[in-house]
Amino acid sequence: MSHAEDTEDRHHRDTVPGEERLDGHATAEGVGAYLIGLGLATLLTVVSFFISGTTLVWGPSIPVALGVLAIAQMGVHLTFFLHITTGPDNVNNVMALAFGVLIVLLLIVGSLWIMMNLNHNMMPLDQIMQMQR
Amino acid sequence: MSAFQAAAGPDREVEHEQNVATHAAGGLVSKRIIVGYGFWIFLLSDIIMFSAFFATYAVLVGNTAGGPRGSQLFDLHDTAVETACLLLSSFTCGLASIGARMHDGRWFYGAMAATFVLGVGFIGIEVHEFASLVARGAGPTRSAFLSAFFTLVGCHGLHVTAGLLWLLTMIAQVFAKGYRPDILRRVLCFSLFWHTLDIIWVALFTVVYLMGAGQ
Repeated sequence: MSHAEDTEDRHHRDTVPGEERLDGHATAEGVGAYLIGLGLATLLTVVSFFISGTTLVWGPSIPVALGVLAIAQMGVHLTFFLHITTGPDNVNNVMALAFGVLIVLLLIVGSLWIMMNLNHNMMPLDQIMQMQR
Repeated sequence: MSAFQAAAGPDREVEHEQNVATHAAGGLVSKRIIVGYGFWIFLLSDIIMFSAFFATYAVLVGNTAGGPRGSQLFDLHDTAVETACLLLSSFTCGLASIGARMHDGRWFYGAMAATFVLGVGFIGIEVHEFASLVARGAGPTRSAFLSAFFTLVGCHGLHVTAGLLWLLTMIAQVFAKGYRPDILRRVLCFSLFWHTLDIIWVALFTVVYLMGAGQ
């Protein structure tokens, strides 16, 4: 295979988010991916709602479980609805996503960290009131 | 490997420059890939904006100023119906994008109509919830917690409303202009937008409603 053909071929394997490979009669497969996504997302949602109101598990573990379920469901949406995969044709999209996730984590964790520190170091309100008397 | 590197041979300088020239003319890399990738970047920036609202909400969730807490306000049945509406609409939106690529009018219009109805249902429940909160004296001015709540959930609701208008526009454009490549690119961007709204809703119902109801 010559270089020109090689590059041409690789170009054809680039994809955008939301685009699965559909050629000709592959509609059933496309619908199948969405159906799998719908099933998994429904399952995770139902478990989330069930866990939030249950007394079967240790209370403080519930928010952690909810967080894990939510992240899993976002992964399902990304994979089956937005068609973000680990394939070589998807590296651009994954790199952009990874950068976005990094910024999101910095924003949320950083904000919570700073504000909790601030709350921790601030004198309780009633003590401030007493000093002002 | 980027789309641009993919199109250019690694060890062929001359060919590389030729390829760059063809890129500028819209040659090797298809416009659909460039448009979709650019819109993906926009969506990620939108997610980053939402994460700022999420951080604000998480910081302020305890500051109720003596007012009601989330567990006293939220009705999880409404949230469950909203979640079902948005999840199903994301599914039908996927079916619509398949229909558009297959140039199949029945699939496209049917799935888009279902998406619209489910989206309107979602917005209706949300507006009803907001109205009942305000009527109970738990409006956005009541406490820092409620300000953050209305900002975060309301911003998502505005996105969904804008998405519904965009949806109607896409139906009208396909109806008037057919399945032209540029119209199909817009349908692709719309479906990406709609799926992303559902991803944000997953974070939203988990952090705001489910965790809030447990507190």
